[in-house]
Amino acid sequence: MTARIGVITFPGSLDDRDALRAVRLAGAEPVSLWHGDHDLRGVDAAVLPGGFSYGDYLRAGAIASFAPIMAEVVAAARDGLPVLGICNGFQVLCEAGLLPGALIRNAGLHFVCRDQRLRVEAADTAWTSEYAAGAEIVVPVKNGEGRYVADESTLDELEATGRVAFRYVGGNPNGALRDIAGIRNEAGNVVGLMPHPEHAIDPLTGPSADGLGMFVSVLKQLTAA
Amino acid sequence: MTETEQPYAELGLKDDEYARICDILGRRPSDTELAMYSVMWSEHCSYKSSKVHLRQFGEKAPETDVLLVGMGENAGVVDVGDGLAVTFKVESHNHPSYVEPYQGAATGVGGIVRDILTMGARPIAVMDSLRFGEIDHPDSRRLVSGVVAGVGGYGNCLGLPNIGGEVVFDPTYAGNPLVNALCLGVMRHDQIQLARAEGAGNKVVLLGAKTGRDGIGGVSVLASATFNEDGGPSKRPSVQVGDPFTEKVVIECCLELFERGLVTGIQDLGGAGLSCATSETASHGGSGMTVDLDLVPLREPSMSPVEVITSESQERMLAIVEPGDVDEVLALCAHWGVLATVIGEVTDSGRLEVRWHGEVVVDVPPASLADEGPVYERPYARPDDQDALQADSTDALVRPATGDELAETLLRLASSPNLASRRWVTEQYDRYVLGGTVLAMPHDSGVVRLVDDSDRGVALSLDGNGRYARLDPYAGAQLALSEAYRNVSTSGARPLAVTNCLNFGSPEDPAVMWQFAEATRGLADGCAELGVPVTGGNVSFYNQTGATAIHPTPVVGVLGVLDDVNRRVPSGFVAAGDVVILLGETYDEFGGSEWAWVVHGHLGGRPPMPRLSAERQLSDALQAAAADGLLTCAHDVSDGGLGQTLVEAALLNGIGATVTLDGDPFVALFSESAARAVVTCRDADVDRLLEIAAGHDLAVSRLGRTGGDALDVTGQFTLPLERLRETHEATLPRHLA
Repeated sequence: MTARIGVITFPGSLDDRDALRAVRLAGAEPVSLWHGDHDLRGVDAAVLPGGFSYGDYLRAGAIASFAPIMAEVVAAARDGLPVLGICNGFQVLCEAGLLPGALIRNAGLHFVCRDQRLRVEAADTAWTSEYAAGAEIVVPVKNGEGRYVADESTLDELEATGRVAFRYVGGNPNGALRDIAGIRNEAGNVVGLMPHPEHAIDPLTGPSADGLGMFVSVLKQLTAA
Repeated sequence: MTETEQPYAELGLKDDEYARICDILGRRPSDTELAMYSVMWSEHCSYKSSKVHLRQFGEKAPETDVLLVGMGENAGVVDVGDGLAVTFKVESHNHPSYVEPYQGAATGVGGIVRDILTMGARPIAVMDSLRFGEIDHPDSRRLVSGVVAGVGGYGNCLGLPNIGGEVVFDPTYAGNPLVNALCLGVMRHDQIQLARAEGAGNKVVLLGAKTGRDGIGGVSVLASATFNEDGGPSKRPSVQVGDPFTEKVVIECCLELFERGLVTGIQDLGGAGLSCATSETASHGGSGMTVDLDLVPLREPSMSPVEVITSESQERMLAIVEPGDVDEVLALCAHWGVLATVIGEVTDSGRLEVRWHGEVVVDVPPASLADEGPVYERPYARPDDQDALQADSTDALVRPATGDELAETLLRLASSPNLASRRWVTEQYDRYVLGGTVLAMPHDSGVVRLVDDSDRGVALSLDGNGRYARLDPYAGAQLALSEAYRNVSTSGARPLAVTNCLNFGSPEDPAVMWQFAEATRGLADGCAELGVPVTGGNVSFYNQTGATAIHPTPVVGVLGVLDDVNRRVPSGFVAAGDVVILLGETYDEFGGSEWAWVVHGHLGGRPPMPRLSAERQLSDALQAAAADGLLTCAHDVSDGGLGQTLVEAALLNGIGATVTLDGDPFVALFSESAARAVVTCRDADVDRLLEIAAGHDLAVSRLGRTGGDALDVTGQFTLPLERLRETHEATLPRHLA
């Protein structure tokens, strides 16, 4: 039996269909989840997709972090449920307190969409075990508020404990501190990143198929367990 | 009490138009009625000056069996096979974007997206065609930054990939930029919706945003009038304000309403707001309608009935719902967080009756607003300067002679504002969302896969050339069509249908009207010859500040179908060692060219000759070669000539080429003759490719081979790609960032 991986749709989620497609292509069963439900429908892992939940009003991810389903996500994540936040989903995870730091306006003040090289810094998470540590991958980045920031001591701690999951290579698209593109929690079940692995699952429609590994990683871990 | 004169002139109505309204009603119109007629009879809504010319698109339309819905609806619908249909249309938002660049451009995207949604389709991609004054004009940075941020801000937040378009700089647009937006949607054949209110007793449901005081008179006093020297910013309240988040939930909500079969008719609220949506649906349904304005949710409770019924507040739709379905519709809207209110009822009275505070403020035949507006046969005359302009040929212009001079010319063109890399603009647009984008800029056309479980896709390109059209509007329109048709063909797609956005000066100027008549005639004849029907479009007049009109600028969108998107052909060199071939014939044609403009500041003579039968042969050959998997790359030759084509093809993946030119190297590199494309193929496929070309009577020049890190023109010059890239990419950021 394969794993069931949920993708949460908030009002204003945009890449939810794409995340569901990536889950399907990886071989797992995609499950749609609705922001207004207090119900994770028994999924084995959850993806918070990209987009502009609630129009990014107030702050990106701020309102979505109070959605009914987020109470379930937070509780389940603390119990070990693998959770991946992509772009707006990463912002929601930071706002919900599952990951430290924040995402602010890009340094160039413009929305930036480009094919981005990333280095996989942590290959020991639920979502990155398919990659070799230090591997370079190409995945699209597309956001207006993707600049990762945190105070110095948090950044030092993230680096000292191996919790930087991805770093920008060959140019930092948004001025993120220490080139951080994504981070993980201590347990490694929660990962958030600004670039979009779900748009790099097929060379026909993306710059590579490098992103599929994240969905395969979690599937393998779940089916092996 | 004596009758005071009504303020019809301030609302943009002429004396005879006002007299006709009184005649239709048999009395003076109420204030609200007068406001409704003024917006519905505006040039923007009624097409009163263009109608007599636009008829040719129908009369001369080629035989086709792919059109499921033709002109006249919100957008045409094209059968692409497998039970799938697509709908696409381009529309202008020029004047709002000049007054308020961000919101003007943003709501331009929002408006065309709703047109596509109204047909029952899921919007799946957008494109934008933008024109500004000189890149170093003091106002350009404000306008370009604002418009690009607006197009991106709305489209990105709506989750629609932007897959292509154009950005042009020319002094002619300094006082009147052009912002044309295109949207593409997909649906199953059985999902087509029509904007009709039928069935007495059915409810009229307004859904989406609340109605506010923005965009009042947008179509009349703003879109259908010329800017005065000081008229810009003072019209700011006539510009709408967009909220893409609301539009996103409205889209998802409407698609679910369609899927569940809960609406019998639907219309978006765009230009002219409720006036348009109520009168058009009632008129097209051959019915009547009652509307109670007190039920319309307002942002500001003090709004007058005139304001409520003419407001162009965005993100609103009007749905016609059977009484038994109303509860389910309202529940579904609540699920999506979309405000929905029953505001009226379909009747069989044949009248549109609007109440406010218990009084009847409007009682008119809906067709008199929507379909029976004035029609003008405006006088037109060839401009006095047209002969002199055409006589001023490029023959006397000094041409580069040596290899160094040719290299310098190539670099100068590749870094000129109109040929330089568009990356600074396109990087601000999401091209990946929805996961169906197969090709996007800087490829010749945008290609999207339509649905996940099929390999079928469509290719789209949007092109125009105001300088060509200024020199010869008939040829200019055909050249715009040719270029878009060619760009779609280089991807391997089969061109199927056409949309257009006709941007011109004031129709009250006979010289402008002549340009318009010539351009529409050229486009209609061109479509007939290429076998692609016009499915819809938009006319934008009054594009001028003071007495000077913009260059006539027909922008043409062509849609093609790819049976298998895996067979799409990219526009850049993909591997070293491929054979580089030029298809089509090159003539000494420099009138209106980038070379004449950039190097000599010259605009005169005649544009390149449109070669429609050669275009068709070229397209057929490209399709055949792509279907057989022979082409590794195909790039059209147009603005800037073969030189620019080679630069773009080489820079796309950083693979150079060595080529040898036939004949005069200057003509070979920079002529803009139509009906040409550069293709590459593997050695093993050359013979089959040449066979296909010969079978289509195409001239073939074997230019050389791909490879290396330079563009090497044998015996003339060698330019390292690094240098080309640097100069090609620097121009837009230098002026705009």
